Amino acid sequence: MDSALIPEGAKRCPFPVFAIGIAIVSVVLLWGVYAMGLCWLKGLNQTNMDDYYPFALWIWADLAVIAVGGGAFFTGLLRYVFGIDELKNIVNLAVVIGFICYSSALLILAIDIGQPLRGWFIFWHANVHSMLTEVAFCLSLYFSVLTIEFIPLILENRKIDKVPFFHNLGHNMHGTMAIFAATGAFLSCFHQGSLGGMAGVMFGRPFAFREGLLIWPWTFFLFTWSAAAYGPCFTLTILKMFEGITKKKLVKDSVVHLLAKISGWMILTYLIAKIIDTIYWATVTAPSQGFRFMDFYSNNSFYGVWILIIEVVVCGIVPAIILVKKSYRENSRLLLLAIVLGTIGVCLNRWVMVLQVMAVPVMSFDTWALYFPSWQEIATTVLPVAYGVILISLAYRYLPVFPQEKELNAD
Amino acid sequence: MVIDLDKCTGCGSCMVACMSENNVPFKEDETRKKDSITWMRVYKLTNHQPFPDTDICYMPRPCMQCSGIGEHGHAPCVSVCPAVATDYGFDTGIVSQIYTRCFGCRYCMAACPYHARYFNWWDPKWPEGMENYLSPDVSPRMRGVVEKCSFCYHRYQLARERAYVEERDEEAIEEQDYQTACTQACPAGAITFGDLNNPDHAVNQMVKPDPNAFGKPRNPKAFRLLERLQTNPKVYYISEREWVRKAGDNYLDGEWENLKNNHDKGHE
Repeated sequence: MDSALIPEGAKRCPFPVFAIGIAIVSVVLLWGVYAMGLCWLKGLNQTNMDDYYPFALWIWADLAVIAVGGGAFFTGLLRYVFGIDELKNIVNLAVVIGFICYSSALLILAIDIGQPLRGWFIFWHANVHSMLTEVAFCLSLYFSVLTIEFIPLILENRKIDKVPFFHNLGHNMHGTMAIFAATGAFLSCFHQGSLGGMAGVMFGRPFAFREGLLIWPWTFFLFTWSAAAYGPCFTLTILKMFEGITKKKLVKDSVVHLLAKISGWMILTYLIAKIIDTIYWATVTAPSQGFRFMDFYSNNSFYGVWILIIEVVVCGIVPAIILVKKSYRENSRLLLLAIVLGTIGVCLNRWVMVLQVMAVPVMSFDTWALYFPSWQEIATTVLPVAYGVILISLAYRYLPVFPQEKELNAD
Repeated sequence: MVIDLDKCTGCGSCMVACMSENNVPFKEDETRKKDSITWMRVYKLTNHQPFPDTDICYMPRPCMQCSGIGEHGHAPCVSVCPAVATDYGFDTGIVSQIYTRCFGCRYCMAACPYHARYFNWWDPKWPEGMENYLSPDVSPRMRGVVEKCSFCYHRYQLARERAYVEERDEEAIEEQDYQTACTQACPAGAITFGDLNNPDHAVNQMVKPDPNAFGKPRNPKAFRLLERLQTNPKVYYISEREWVRKAGDNYLDGEWENLKNNHDKGHE
């Protein structure tokens, strides 16, 4: 039915099967859209947020998708700026994932603000001192860059490519992609960083507050670094999911192992910085404000030291060791374990830097504030996931996302 | 503002007066306190001692009107607001909130350690007929924006206008010309309001703010909430009770004793 649109030589499931799959995911999408409509029409009273918990599930989702979408800017940087040519076989996937993640982040922000129609004030009345202003500018600009990076792939669709104008446009855009990749990496460094900075500059919140370099707290650098380190883990996780579902090899092992190795070294170096930061914060910064390390991990029913151990050890040191050591990362099961743990690890870090920050009491007579999201919050958080599944499925079906697919599945 | 915690009885008059003066809406069901708007909130503190040593203290908490680290005006909330919807007034020391500028990102609320900022989760509603009693000097806020105590800024504006009409110096308004609603409502006289920089005003005489230490109180019985965070609030508390003063901040083991001893030595 749609065979004329499918990349040449690629095998795809029959259209009715594909359509049924998309329809099922669309139901979830519509559930999210309904909840989003409720939030826009009735307001944020649809959520379980309150004045003690003004940042909640959405902001975590926002930070998490941006972190895992970091594979796009980092893979693009490696491929186009550092000239690691082999990564051209996975950069398309990284770009599609990045596009989905960043568009999702913008959507979440549009739902999250109390006055969505005034969202443009952040650009018009920009406060240069606010990390959130930096986030807004860099995020929007980088989303534009990602769109530019995505367009040549769309133009490679079999039908579109037959139109000479689009063919030439796509070809020329490919030629200038290094400039956009470099611009994207620059912007990404700042918006990933400023998301970390958002937490680090809050000197009224000792759990989040960090000292730093010039105007940037250490969390600024840690967020950029962790996104670059763990982002490729998510790209590889999605790749493995694709390969599992389609039962096809889509990218050569050499490419996967190369990206996994780079990710492993990045995670390892990040962890050294993260551990130093944690020790300095726990022994110098927090005590200077009258807090003991254990004040942040006790006297409540949920947040304990376990969360730090899982983040740093289980989802940090373990994947780093697996990915750095050649024999481990070439073991497919260990590789899968490492990339999944890595993805969870960076999401957990963002959780801690948003939700735990809100939960910790600051005034001596205050109590821990714990919260559980409403169904509307859960539905609107699932919405981008459903949207992502649909978009990436369409991209896989109709666009040559994996240049090695034909060669690897010749028979 | 100076609040004498030993005088406060926890009656809540300040909260009611504040809500009435500033057109603060309320919900039909106020059981869920964490999304109720209370610009002035009275906390109940206890010394956690068993009978007969049990003691409690009521602590009214308005916006602290922080001037931030180094008094540069970068209050925790001001520096983070992405749209300059909240700003620090160097002329008054009051942190403003522009409701029509705020787009409800709530970053300021996340940054405020005092929970002094409130979000309008609901459309503002009053029981039928009660709209007639709203103050014409204060604009009601719409759903989806943040609001907070303004130290009854409209009263300051009225005081300036009065001074202008009476051909007095607008910059030097009299102490009694500008008083907040909570100050006037407190039946115990626990709240005192005035110009901290003016040695003739009672607030200055009560806490003796040190201009060389960003306004830190020189009165050993006075303190500011979370002084160690360097938010530099303009609300001071006074109490004769040591445990109350200690509750104003967080201390590691032994720190409070050291601080107390040094403070006592300094005043010998």
